[in-house]
Amino acid sequence: MKTLMKGNEALSEAAIRSGATLYFGYPITPQNEVAEYMSRRLPTIPGGAYIQAETEVAAINMVYGAVSAGRRALTTSSSPGISLMAEGISYLAGAELPAVVINIMRGGPGLGNINPEQADYFQAVKGGGHGSYRLIVLAPSSVQEMADLTVLAFTLADRYRNPVMVVADGNLGQMMEPVELAERYPDDVDRSTWALTGAKGRPGHTITSIYLEADEMEAYIHKLYAKYDEAERAEVRYEEYLTGDAEAVLVAYGIVSRVARSAVDELRALGIKAGMVRPVTLWPFPKAILQQLADRARFYLVCEMSMGQMVEDVLLALNGRRPVHFYGRSGGNVPTPAEIVAEVRKRV
Amino acid sequence: MQKVFERPKSLNDKAFHYCPGCGHGIVHRMLAEAIDELGLQERTIVISPVGCSVFAYWYFATDNVQAAHGRAPAVGTGLKRANPDSIVISYQGDGDLASSGTAEIIHAAARGENFTVIFINNAIYGMTGGQMAPTTLVGQASATSPYGRDPKFAGYPLHVCEMLATIKAPRYIERTSLNNVANLTRTKRAVKKALDLQQKGEGFTFVEVLAMCPTNWGVDPCEAVDWMEASLMPEYPLGVFRDARPGEVK
Repeated sequence: MKTLMKGNEALSEAAIRSGATLYFGYPITPQNEVAEYMSRRLPTIPGGAYIQAETEVAAINMVYGAVSAGRRALTTSSSPGISLMAEGISYLAGAELPAVVINIMRGGPGLGNINPEQADYFQAVKGGGHGSYRLIVLAPSSVQEMADLTVLAFTLADRYRNPVMVVADGNLGQMMEPVELAERYPDDVDRSTWALTGAKGRPGHTITSIYLEADEMEAYIHKLYAKYDEAERAEVRYEEYLTGDAEAVLVAYGIVSRVARSAVDELRALGIKAGMVRPVTLWPFPKAILQQLADRARFYLVCEMSMGQMVEDVLLALNGRRPVHFYGRSGGNVPTPAEIVAEVRKRV
Repeated sequence: MQKVFERPKSLNDKAFHYCPGCGHGIVHRMLAEAIDELGLQERTIVISPVGCSVFAYWYFATDNVQAAHGRAPAVGTGLKRANPDSIVISYQGDGDLASSGTAEIIHAAARGENFTVIFINNAIYGMTGGQMAPTTLVGQASATSPYGRDPKFAGYPLHVCEMLATIKAPRYIERTSLNNVANLTRTKRAVKKALDLQQKGEGFTFVEVLAMCPTNWGVDPCEAVDWMEASLMPEYPLGVFRDARPGEVK
């Protein structure tokens, strides 16, 4: 049965039904519905806990503790709060802990505003915190996907013992759409080889990210990167729309992909062979499909609610084979289909 | 032959990496003894901080987790909320707890989190090489206060027990010292009491231990004890700052 839900509520309920009944967060717009929803629901669930942390710094470290104990846990925030979590995210990756972090992106830099933007792409995909690590980054484009990709985030976090970030924007967090949720999403992961449950009948477990010797540290980093290589092989996800004969390939994710889809329809009506690739995993990035489409595509147009961040990954993927153009809006402005159509028509 | 003194079960058979005369090894042993005496080894999770005791997890034969600088009380909150039956011990130094982690310690105390914090105060940053700490005394020379801590520029030492005692939730707060046998005995008793209160679910327990750092104080281990008695202890009075349930605070 479908229920009408806000994106922020859908991800919350999906997390709970994935067994993530521990939530740690700090108020920030436009993601407050998550904390409010969790503070209502979690105290009614056995073993559940909602903690309003003193800062986002504390929230991510509470997640670090909770997942160390072998439980599923999450935190959510919006751009400035995610900056504060960068240290903790690096520690989670360094200690190989499965955690889910959700960023309902807003305008920046600095305090910016509470309008939707996609300007935290670099932060999510290229690092954000210190050191040699990767996040798996998922980008929903509907309220249904806010739920579905939250469920997937927990699965992937466990599969790779690595933090997974879901990046959405203020629009997706706030808007309402019908959502279908399963009663429960199974969690049958065996964490007994590493979780901190007390050294009963076994030697103590240790969770740490410090390796003093250069060779030891290097070997550990190589171990992490072997996981990332595997994720690049196995976890790339994307959606194609009318790309079969596309000469103009739009690339957009999240809410912008919905605008781009409308633009593709309008361009087709004008007789222009347009198509779209929507990355669902921002990391690992869907490079191969972009390369394949270059056989027919004459150019690519990357559309984002930023001054151009994902466009750099498209440029890297194509490595000069075809021209890559960019169209972006900022400050909370969402590009319109007409603007994107005009950008394409300039070039055909 | 009868064995009258042995290594606690909760302490691994591994030589401490600490400097001669350092307080950490003493407190590690006391903590392990208290864990053993209360029968908590199989439920205990020790949180190692950032600082000289970053490798505390080498020594405790329990489950262990290393936390980011200052964040141990937040990590402890997550651990304890995830598994309320576990015994969580956050072991932190003064740079970690009283500087980088002031928000975390105050709010863990304010929430009355049911875990134990052992706070080692030696008035200096040890691992990074003897820089000024929030607990460094006025006039005390350090690597970053070479002319002595000047309150005009660097303010005054932070008194953590006194600060936490202004909060309603904490169950037990005591400051002890490692300067003589009587105070060692008091320290051991305080550590054990804190763990016992935790296992009874009584709430937040906090033991501050004034400890020696001969290396970074620039003195030998015997002189370190003298300096602690002459300078550190007058600034940080020993005693129980709280021993009551929240509703019963006098």
